[in-house]
Amino acid sequence: MSRIIQWMEIGTIIRSLGCCPSEGELHDLIAEVEEEEPTGYIRYEKFLPVMTQVLLERRYRPIPEDILLRAFEVLDPAKRGFLSKEELIKYMTEEGEPFSQEEMEEMLSAAIDPESNSIHYKDYITMMVIDEN
Amino acid sequence: MGSGTSTQHHFAFQNAEKAFKAAALIQRWYRRYMARLEMRRRCTWSIFQSIEYAGQQDQVKLHDFFSYLMDHFTPSSHNERDFLSRMFTEERLPQDSEMEGCRDYDCIEVPDSYMGPRLSFPLLPDHATALLEAFRLKQLHARYVLNLLHETRKYLVQLPNINRVSTCYSEEITVCGDLHGQLDDLIFIFYKNGLPSPERAYVFNGDFVDRGKDSLEILMVLFAFMLVYPKEFHLNRGNHEDHMVNLRYGFTKEVMHKYKTHGKKILKVLQDVFCWLPLATLVDEKVLILHGGVSDKTDLELLSKLDRHKIVSAMRCKTRKENEKQAEKGKANQTGSAGKPSPWFLPQSHSLPSSPLRLGSHKAHKDSRSSSVPCSIPPNPQELSRQVRRSVDLELERCRQQAGFPVIKEKKEEPLLFSSEADSEAGELLQPTQEEWRQVVDILWSDPMAQEGCKANTVRGGGCYFGPNVTEQLLQKYNLQFLIRSHECKPEGYEFCHSRKVLTIFSASNYYEVGSNRGAYVKLGPALTPHIVQYQANKATHMLTMRQRISRVEESALRALRGKLFAHSSDLLGEFKKHDKDKTGLITLSDWAAAVESVLHLGLPWRMLRPQLVNSSTDNMLEYKSWLEDLAKEQLSHENIQSSLLETLYRNRSNLETIFRIIDSDHSGFISLDEFRQTWKLFSSHMKIDITDDCICDLARSIDFNKDGHIDINEFLEAFRLVEQSCSEGNASECPQATNANSGYSRPDAH
Repeated sequence: MSRIIQWMEIGTIIRSLGCCPSEGELHDLIAEVEEEEPTGYIRYEKFLPVMTQVLLERRYRPIPEDILLRAFEVLDPAKRGFLSKEELIKYMTEEGEPFSQEEMEEMLSAAIDPESNSIHYKDYITMMVIDEN
Repeated sequence: MGSGTSTQHHFAFQNAEKAFKAAALIQRWYRRYMARLEMRRRCTWSIFQSIEYAGQQDQVKLHDFFSYLMDHFTPSSHNERDFLSRMFTEERLPQDSEMEGCRDYDCIEVPDSYMGPRLSFPLLPDHATALLEAFRLKQLHARYVLNLLHETRKYLVQLPNINRVSTCYSEEITVCGDLHGQLDDLIFIFYKNGLPSPERAYVFNGDFVDRGKDSLEILMVLFAFMLVYPKEFHLNRGNHEDHMVNLRYGFTKEVMHKYKTHGKKILKVLQDVFCWLPLATLVDEKVLILHGGVSDKTDLELLSKLDRHKIVSAMRCKTRKENEKQAEKGKANQTGSAGKPSPWFLPQSHSLPSSPLRLGSHKAHKDSRSSSVPCSIPPNPQELSRQVRRSVDLELERCRQQAGFPVIKEKKEEPLLFSSEADSEAGELLQPTQEEWRQVVDILWSDPMAQEGCKANTVRGGGCYFGPNVTEQLLQKYNLQFLIRSHECKPEGYEFCHSRKVLTIFSASNYYEVGSNRGAYVKLGPALTPHIVQYQANKATHMLTMRQRISRVEESALRALRGKLFAHSSDLLGEFKKHDKDKTGLITLSDWAAAVESVLHLGLPWRMLRPQLVNSSTDNMLEYKSWLEDLAKEQLSHENIQSSLLETLYRNRSNLETIFRIIDSDHSGFISLDEFRQTWKLFSSHMKIDITDDCICDLARSIDFNKDGHIDINEFLEAFRLVEQSCSEGNASECPQATNANSGYSRPDAH
């Protein structure tokens, strides 16, 4: 088994270990574990101490359900209980750390109720959280 | 007014900031969710792949088992000798003249009621297309199958080992990878990319058969198009174009099931056709296409020159050393003629000449197994004399053995019953050298790896792992641009590695399970730049979200994994106990992970999988006995794991099936009780399985439902499959057969 991975896989690994960094935080972390001369590969020996520290410090904690709900509510000031497909696309691709086209399509496929063409975010969150556990 | 605007601006700014932050939060959360999904997908993938490769490894172990037996086993009774001889007689490669002679498909009548395609040769493009259409609903008549196979063989014989293709004749060239019997994928490729034509060249890179249910149909279509467009349509041999592998992975079964009368003949011809498939294709002298990979010893010149027909199977290599040929020649010349020609010397016989004793042990319905099958066309005198000499040697050797003389062994131990021993100059033509065999196996079985170097492919049991430097070395040596290979399933249907110098292309979508992976093919454009096209031949999966797709495949993988765990229950219990010195009945979860890996050797991330496999654990401790019991309850809904025999058989069922099929050389589907017992005895002693003879006898007898002294292989193995199925579908009605296989349940009509 090789003890090296490509740098783009670091995000998957870190996130599946329970952390929830933003893209920016992720890039900082990668910079910490990269080689001095970036080869595109990360070595396990370098990764382990950094990651251990991250876990011990409980950095990048996951987002609790209620905070997530409030975030959606910020985007829905009229308190309708849903976001239209266009609104979701606009926010996700233009604000924050924008989604790629692929990410956007993937989210839409699961989140959008085809009849109303909107996302009922409360239900959506509940569904996602159940599925995780 | 002014202050109002600035307040508005202030609010607006705050709102914008809030929206930005909210969006960022949602994205952060979502990306983590997707990452965990990706991790589950990869775990699932590892499970499938490691189980698949462990199976292939088993196959090689089986080969080692045979080698071990051949070298060390001294049969202690006449029965055992016969039994062994049948297992080990190399299926003789029919000589060219014989194959030509066996055009007896002409005698096969096609009834008027047959509504399938009727072929005539030389084939026309319409015929090939008609086949494709017809296969959705009908089966091609055996006569046409044999006819097509014979024409295919005739054509393949005059092809070189490495096909050289030029893109100046056809505008585009499409390369497809493994199809593994999945006709839907082939149809889809032709639909999406277009049918083969003088303007549209195709290369199919091996592994057309096994696992999927339409292997034979795929072969028919591919061979038909190859005959119709010989300059544009090319096939490479894969590691599954090998009759030994087919015994295990389903193709043999498929043929016998679809063609009950002529299946055996079809398989015989197929075995030969496979050996004549070219080993590689070279496009514009720049892109090398072969099935598995390369090694640091790969020598394209040697590969071009060897007689590829001699490499019958990667699983059996009894090779000759130059110095032995002399010794055997000498031996052969010493023998007198201990017998005279009689019908059983004829080409079709691929078991030893029958003796009165052996004939007695055969039952009526096994007539086809006996070796006296008269050929419709008598062999020429030269042929006959060669066969006489061969059989004489065999007969002499048997007499010697019966008389109790020690088996004569030269420098290297070789079984006396092997046809290669008895043949003198005929034999040497039929066997490859060690080097030749190795070169071909490397081409068909190797996988690329990330690290530099070249090491043995222990996972597959054949070929090697080759690193980027090996690729580079080869490309430079032969002035090539890149390699295209297949052999490994990839989630996206393709994968580049070694700095894009190696492209893996895999064309069987949903290979492990519906939704497990896409298929892909690659088109080589001008300047040979690769252009990949992906697909997934199952509309149902398009509707599912990624989450749902992954869940389904994951469930399937976990089920397979639980099956494997159950099959090793006894070993696991032993291993768990080692971690529980104080006999508390509990072990830690990390001990559980370590124990499981040391028993199964699958190299899986057990700690990550643990939540899916272990339901109940308190304080990180696991009650292992009840966990094993729960596992068993799942696997056998009404049986528990008290019968370790059943468990052992279950674990080894693939191996058993393979051995059975080898013994059942006439593919009748039956073996005698005696053979079953002997098989099991040999096998279990080699694998160091501790089972008493009595248990075996009981089991064998209980499986023989109608008490005629024979076991229907398929029914026996079906018992296991049904147990698996019934547990997943909750179908209680099919369970009774499992009872029969297990507890020696005797039916009312038995005594």
